Amino acid sequence: MNLVRPRGERPLSTVPRSLLGFFAAALAAQLAWQLAQQPGAPTATDLPAAPSVQALRLVSAGEPAALARLAMVWLQAFDSRGGNAVPYQHLDYERLVGWLRAILAADPRSEYPLFAASRIYAENPDPAKVRRIFDFIYEEFATDPNRRWPALAHSALLAKHRLHDLPLALRYASAIEREATDASIPLWARQMEVFILEDMDELEAAKIMLGGMLAAGHIRNPEERRFLQGRLEDLERRVNQRKKAPHR
Amino acid sequence: MTRPRRHPFIIIARYTLVEALRSGLPWLAAAFIVGVLGLSGFLSRVAITEAAALQATAAGALLRACAVFLVAAHVVASVAREANDKGLELVLALPVSRAAYYIGKLAGFGFSGAMLATVFAVPLLIWANPAELAAWWLSLAAETALVAAAALFFASAMPQSLAALAAVAGLYVLGRSMSAIQAIAGGPQAADSLPADAGRWLVDALALLLPRLDAATRSDWLLYGSPPAGEFGRMLFGLLLYFLLLAAAGLFDFSRRNL
Repeated sequence: MNLVRPRGERPLSTVPRSLLGFFAAALAAQLAWQLAQQPGAPTATDLPAAPSVQALRLVSAGEPAALARLAMVWLQAFDSRGGNAVPYQHLDYERLVGWLRAILAADPRSEYPLFAASRIYAENPDPAKVRRIFDFIYEEFATDPNRRWPALAHSALLAKHRLHDLPLALRYASAIEREATDASIPLWARQMEVFILEDMDELEAAKIMLGGMLAAGHIRNPEERRFLQGRLEDLERRVNQRKKAPHR
Repeated sequence: MTRPRRHPFIIIARYTLVEALRSGLPWLAAAFIVGVLGLSGFLSRVAITEAAALQATAAGALLRACAVFLVAAHVVASVAREANDKGLELVLALPVSRAAYYIGKLAGFGFSGAMLATVFAVPLLIWANPAELAAWWLSLAAETALVAAAALFFASAMPQSLAALAAVAGLYVLGRSMSAIQAIAGGPQAADSLPADAGRWLVDALALLLPRLDAATRSDWLLYGSPPAGEFGRMLFGLLLYFLLLAAAGLFDFSRRNL
């Protein structure tokens, strides 16, 4: 089967020279023009307003999983380069959140939007933008905690170490401990609340929480159990020391 | 008194246009307009806000896609029919040069596309003001002319209509998405490795050989006004250059063809 017409072509000499010149000039003009018009990375202002979930589903034509991932790849190109020393610093985070929300709604099982939110867009140096992204992650976590806990766990770490906002980190860690119930969720994620409480000097609460976890029998690994038991004893000692210490 | 003798390419262009008008193209265009207006009307009924904007943009985007599809399908079908009927051999047996024949066909199909663009622009007057719509219409006319040139080139070079249509569709889709592909390939998440670099170079090289169709006939012009004159002029000039390149490539291929 021939896709291109089978033929014995006439020799090149049969083509008029003017036509050859025209073809060469047109090709050269096209190449030169496109070289001059090379687009850079799309800028922050190029990001359009997010579509509705219904519109995105309509466009996906029955392939929401593919569309959601392609849309994420497209979205992350905005404001990624250009004159930016820090990527995404000029991006309108309200619009961004609108896009992330629409894409996540198009394929709720996709981890891409929340992964990008927590690992890429939450790296912004502007605390207000970071908090906006955290709010989005927290809202979306509530609808499927067992699948979406990693993004919230990372947000808790960033809230603690970047924003130095321990109450916010505690809020996220508590949500994971309370709502993510799947057995596959690692213990470090569930224990985050204990350690944040400890960092907040809420030793009594941390002690109660850790004791509760050990008593509930969730921790089956002997090494982990021994480590946490030691941690609990340390907490108890510190709590007792504080009680004995004279009030200032 | 004898009538002044017209250049053969004008006669061929005229008959190509007459063929388009007498084929099913006008009826299909009317059916597409009714369908698009119905669909955009339905969408506006379920929208909770910006109903008119949704209707205008949906209608604009759909009509653009329909115009491109109709022109490409019409050109490919017309070339295939002429090849089957041996019409090409008949015309070239007359004192008509190959270049005159090809240019005449191209002009006829280009005018058909421009007429289609005009017919498709009229319903958009419901939502857009004439000044903004004029830019959209002009851009669609240029875009359909370019698609007609691509379809004529592929339909002449390929014996199978399906292959020609697929080639036009591939060119069109790449032309509309290449900027996004380039941006993705050069984004900060792209790996710095030899295969990744090679991929980026390949994408950039491919972009040089494609028209920038993503910048043409945008439905947001219907809402927010046409782009600045400089930007609009550059877009039209880019389409014109690519149209000329396709015409030159088609003429070159047609001149070497052994009939």
